[in-house]
Amino acid sequence: MTATRPPLLEVEHVTMRFGGLFAVNDLSFSAARKQITAVIGPNGAGKTTLFNCITGFYKPQVGRMALHHDDGPVLLERLDDHRIASRARVARTFQNIRLFARMSVLENLIVAQHQDLMKASAFSLAGLLGLARYHKAEKKALERARYWLDKVGLLDHADDEAGSLPYGSQRRLEIARAMCTDPVLLCLDEPAAGLNPRESHELNGLLTGIRDEHGIGLLLIEHDMSVVMGISDWVVVLDYGRKIAEDTPERVRRDPAVIRAYLGEEENEDLPPEVARDVEEDS
Amino acid sequence: MAATRSITWRGALTDAFVGGLVAAALALPMLGFRLVDSALALSVGFRLDWVLWAALVVFAGRLALNLLRMTGGLPDLRLGERLSARMGNTRHWASWAMIGFATVLPFLPFSDRSLVDKATMVLIYVMLGWGLNIVVGLAGLLDLGFVAFYAVGAYSYALLSTTFGWSFWVCLPLAGLFAAGFGVALGFPVLRLRGDYLAIVTLGFGEIIRVILQNWQDLTGGPAGISGIPRPTLFGLPFLARAPEGGQTFAEFFGLKFSGDHRVIFLYFVILMLALLTNLFTLRIRRLPVGRAWEALREDEIACRSLGLNPTTIKLSAFATGAMFAGFAGSFFATRQGFISPESFTFIESAVILAIVVLGGMGSQVGVVLAALLLVGLPEWFRELQQYRMLAFGGAMVLIMLWRPSGLLSSRSPTISLGGGK
Ligand SMILES: Nc1ncnc2c1ncn2[C@@H]1O[C@H](COP(=O)(O)OP(=O)(O)OP(=O)(O)O)[C@@H](O)[C@H]1O
Ligand SMILES: [Mg+2]
Repeated sequence: MTATRPPLLEVEHVTMRFGGLFAVNDLSFSAARKQITAVIGPNGAGKTTLFNCITGFYKPQVGRMALHHDDGPVLLERLDDHRIASRARVARTFQNIRLFARMSVLENLIVAQHQDLMKASAFSLAGLLGLARYHKAEKKALERARYWLDKVGLLDHADDEAGSLPYGSQRRLEIARAMCTDPVLLCLDEPAAGLNPRESHELNGLLTGIRDEHGIGLLLIEHDMSVVMGISDWVVVLDYGRKIAEDTPERVRRDPAVIRAYLGEEENEDLPPEVARDVEEDS
Repeated sequence: MAATRSITWRGALTDAFVGGLVAAALALPMLGFRLVDSALALSVGFRLDWVLWAALVVFAGRLALNLLRMTGGLPDLRLGERLSARMGNTRHWASWAMIGFATVLPFLPFSDRSLVDKATMVLIYVMLGWGLNIVVGLAGLLDLGFVAFYAVGAYSYALLSTTFGWSFWVCLPLAGLFAAGFGVALGFPVLRLRGDYLAIVTLGFGEIIRVILQNWQDLTGGPAGISGIPRPTLFGLPFLARAPEGGQTFAEFFGLKFSGDHRVIFLYFVILMLALLTNLFTLRIRRLPVGRAWEALREDEIACRSLGLNPTTIKLSAFATGAMFAGFAGSFFATRQGFISPESFTFIESAVILAIVVLGGMGSQVGVVLAALLLVGLPEWFRELQQYRMLAFGGAMVLIMLWRPSGLLSSRSPTISLGGGK
């Protein structure tokens, strides 16, 4: 992160309370452009809540969230959820997949391009009258949809009902749909959940591809440590709503505080002996 | 309902017996009593044999159904699916055939004035069904007060034409606009509601409109309604026996002998055109961003918001568009009847329109036509059944819902494919 250019996303002192429960507690971190920033933590640590704050579904009681575009910052806490997607260009996926299940795969991707199509069609009037202007915009939207269908390997299923796809394909479709909104920041809530190892491996390729080819920032919630360690550039660790560590993947996995909070079983084996003893005594 | 449970003889008998008991309990108040009009006074008579028959019929029917299930299911239960699939393949062909038939209907040898009249009635409901289909079928907003917009359209036309003397064709778009305005007015307070809650509020809205119409004596004439509503003309040619000063009637202009049938047929074609316009609009808008946004909203509102779709404008546009078509239909209703009163806009109308949409298969345009024929057309034919009409109607509904729980036609084809914009 250079001093001259602020990071893509700056989260400062964000607190989200539900009654007496601090789901996110005085959290500050930043996410860089062209990097995958992983947010990890045990169940109930507040990861999804953090995403809901960033994408406007919750309004945090305290804190500031700034998204730095090339033409200046956008303060996310001031925008409605749909404006965060359209104005700030933050896209997201959901922990429990939210596709338009009874619409076709392709339609899901076209709906994601609603803003552009709406503008081009003058609120559908141009389309109703069958003007050429609308056809051009629709063609462009189809091209983009085709590109992403190809990327996620669903080109052959374009006309299938989204709800009828196998689980892994639905996850990928949700990512494709989010990318069709042309975001600068993509937030993924456990994209590898429920995937088999092969699918999970393909997902890694897809995500690093998005980072390297499209130059956007990714924010990634993930429980699967092979994904986190494999592809993320920076890791933020939450526990009970607080940030307990923030570092590169290699260093985070050796951080005693992290290990204490986040007892990933598969990590235990390759712990340094002194840390392993630490953990043993703690539990 | 017992499709997954394996059914035993014992179970089948018990189930049928319970069914019979329920039928007897229901039939007692409905069929068991009879007013006897003797010369001196009214007295209550009993018809317990009828109750017994009703119970027996239900018992036997239920038993037969259970036995059929025991022996491997209803024989032709998949008829509906096949019909749907068939319609999918030959949808174009079937729709054109229907339109063709509707166009020549008034000139067929067997059609008479009353048939055309009934067909007009059915078409009003087809149009209302198509209008509501936008709100319920596409946008997924359960609206139980749809009749309010129908009423607004009817009263708009009635008031504009009787007060200012404007013609039907001028008032029609205005009535549509007014109704759309009311659609937005209803939309605002219910933006945050979905499902059951939305249904209850819209139901209340429908009643409020009716009560206002009933009580705003000065404007709406209260329960007495508005009469003397001008009839539509064909480019200024009235359908009258004798022309007004300096004018010409339709019959004179075309050198025909005057007949009351002309107006009936003309009205039929007006509503046919309006209904087809509604259909064409819906088919088109489904392929446009707004239409897709409606469907996306029905599927998942939260996902919509995460993609930058503004649910407020999407919902309001759905309410407004559906209401507009109800407004058109309302104007037509007013000009056809020549007289309107709040009586015509009760909750039961909303219920019938909703039933048409649900029965047809949410979102299916052809389904709406079939359901309207079934729900509005058939009861008209079976007027002979008199007070048992509604009973037969209810029975038919139950049977259809058993046979096709998701509506008559419920297949959906994508609105866009990679091949091109089609
Ligand atoms: N809308 C809400 N109302 C009340 N409490 C909530 C709400 N949303 C989240 N919480 C609480 O906030 C805490 C954090 O939840 P959150 O879903 O953010 O966890 P998470 O880190 O995503 O967990 P997981 O890994 O299981 O997805 C939990 O204790 C949860 O019960
Ligand atoms: Mg979560």
